Amino acid sequence: MTTKKANALALALCLSFFAAGCKKKVGVPPPPMAVKAPEMPKGVAIARPIVKFFTAEPSTIERGQASSLKWEITGAENVSINQGLGVVGNAAAGGATPAVISGNRSVFPSATTTYTLTATNSGGAVTEAVTVSVTAPPAVTQTATPTPAKASFGEIIAREIQDVFFDFDKSDVREDARNILTQNSDKLKTIFRDYPNGNVTIEGHADERGSAEYNLGLGDRRATAAINFLVQLGVSADRLRPLSYGKERPQCTDNSETCWQKNRRAHFTGQ
Amino acid sequence: MKKIILTLLSFAAHAHAQQRPDIIGVIMGSQKAVIAVPDMRGAGRASGFMDLLNGTLFRDLDDAAIFKMAPKSMYPTRVPQQPQDFRRPLQYDPNNRNAAPWLQDWSDPPVNSDYLAFGYAAEQDGQIVLFGWLFNVRQPDVAAAQVIGKIYFGPLDEAGARKVAHEFAADILKQFGVQSLAGSKVYFVSNRSGNKEIWSMDYDGAGQKQITSYKSISTMPAVSPDGSRIAFTSWALGQPQILVHSLETLRRIPFLNPRAGTNQNASYTADGKQIAFSSSASGFSQIYMANADGSGIRRLTNTRAVEVEPKINPKTGNEIVFVSGRGGGSPQVYRMNSDGADVQRLTTGEGQATNPSWNPQGTHIAFAWTRGYDPGNFNVFVMDVNTREFVQLTSGAGRNENPTWAPDGKHIVFSSDRGGRGQIWSMLADGSQLRQLTSAGINEKPAWSK
Repeated sequence: MTTKKANALALALCLSFFAAGCKKKVGVPPPPMAVKAPEMPKGVAIARPIVKFFTAEPSTIERGQASSLKWEITGAENVSINQGLGVVGNAAAGGATPAVISGNRSVFPSATTTYTLTATNSGGAVTEAVTVSVTAPPAVTQTATPTPAKASFGEIIAREIQDVFFDFDKSDVREDARNILTQNSDKLKTIFRDYPNGNVTIEGHADERGSAEYNLGLGDRRATAAINFLVQLGVSADRLRPLSYGKERPQCTDNSETCWQKNRRAHFTGQ
Repeated sequence: MKKIILTLLSFAAHAHAQQRPDIIGVIMGSQKAVIAVPDMRGAGRASGFMDLLNGTLFRDLDDAAIFKMAPKSMYPTRVPQQPQDFRRPLQYDPNNRNAAPWLQDWSDPPVNSDYLAFGYAAEQDGQIVLFGWLFNVRQPDVAAAQVIGKIYFGPLDEAGARKVAHEFAADILKQFGVQSLAGSKVYFVSNRSGNKEIWSMDYDGAGQKQITSYKSISTMPAVSPDGSRIAFTSWALGQPQILVHSLETLRRIPFLNPRAGTNQNASYTADGKQIAFSSSASGFSQIYMANADGSGIRRLTNTRAVEVEPKINPKTGNEIVFVSGRGGGSPQVYRMNSDGADVQRLTTGEGQATNPSWNPQGTHIAFAWTRGYDPGNFNVFVMDVNTREFVQLTSGAGRNENPTWAPDGKHIVFSSDRGGRGQIWSMLADGSQLRQLTSAGINEKPAWSK
């Protein structure tokens, strides 16, 4: 074995190790469902996965609203979606083939975004894309003022810094929240440079299901977890302040997971 | 619809009652005296207030849960208004409609009463005057029968009618060693003014008054044992912090909050000198104790979990129940010594368990638990803290939270959205005698004080 080959092998091993490491962190998607399917005749080339559907509903949203991605793929070993969603499904080891992988995920893009789903197995990869169009919220009627000199600090924060969302009864920073917080940290560093007197409050919110008392503690924990993440990325700690509302200031009050997810969030305001 | 719900409730309460004689028996006692409380008549301008007066008296006695109320439909037709109305018959005949009232009318079947509360009201110098008597009708003659004979005065209006009825009821209850709930107050949170503020009311829902006006969020009230101060959690100063008000002046008095994102859930020791609360000063909400003004703070728990709602045993003072997520799953109710040692989980680990509150005897807690239901669908439970035995008091009727005990240790006030919106309800600790106390706006977080 040449040194080159050995290096390549080591790299491949290393990569597969990392890939395996990544899989474990994804805790959100529902477990892949294995269904009984006819046995594939042995020795025949493996067919590529089939994407039965990959949809976004609604496909047009106002900024700040959610769109639900849904998918169902047969025969894939691994399904991932770009835009930071990562691996969203794996065929169960030793499960029947071809496995059916289905799932859904709420996304909150701030601008029109194309999500590409990639389904792979040893026979190859198939991709499918959907686009979620994001429209601006209805314009606030502007009185005829000359072009505003500079947006206020609060407006900049409201426009640039995105909410992050949490799992039920948890304050861990999720995979999707890490991506958003990383973007937020870059923006905050810039904004804090431009506005040396502005401070940011991170509101912690919870869904309605726990007690008000426990949720107040949980909201505090969520805000603090978001702050700790930003501070690790170099955002100045003394300009960030937690403010838990628990379940006292919900975004919505429906009795549904969609609404509960909207309320399990950290929200940023500028002062 | 309401009737169906009530029927279901009473069925549920009945079903539970059969499985759990022990805990409830201990709390409620047994062997109740039977009392008859016929409607009193009013003379002159007092007559307009008699429905209210009679209703208040009956309810105070019924609510105390120490009497069996003789059914009104069984009452004899000849009702005394004063002791002189009783005349011993030569030969007792319950069917003689021309005979004067006699003690046996009440002690014999079908009334089978032990006691009779009776009297009348009149107007005197612009006041309402209630002449009230309590007779032990098992006694052989009128002189031996009289337990109470007293005159009560009040202004000639609805408040006055309530006052004289409450006072008569309190005197009757005192004869049986029971403090009337009539003087007690329930503090609670209402959004009826547009913001969540602290309110108070009488135990029966009368006299609802706004206590705070911060126009922010003020919630989770706790009253000092002497009833002079109220501590609550408020966003009035920005982050959620503990504020304390005097209930005498209704003004804010100083409380030193530790530097933290969230300070909440103050509760007093029995002597009123210390406050336990939850603070996120460490980054996680944890349990702390401090002097009543917030000085001399010390930390009792040390975990990386959310821990809230510490409640100090009002009898022994050496035990605290609280709510913690330290198990990794949904929050559960735990106990520890008042120095933070010997932490033990009290609930089974199932569902979410929250809102513990001690009974005045320090033997049982009431709390809200989702055991057997989806997250968020809380029901009221009572647990014997020593044996960990528990019983479920509500079921199948909305979300029931924040149970707290009345000073008599027999009543529980709680919030429920069984009628659609969150309201304050009271019930006996066996789940019976449900009463809705509020109806304006959304109301929650009741706390019963002496």
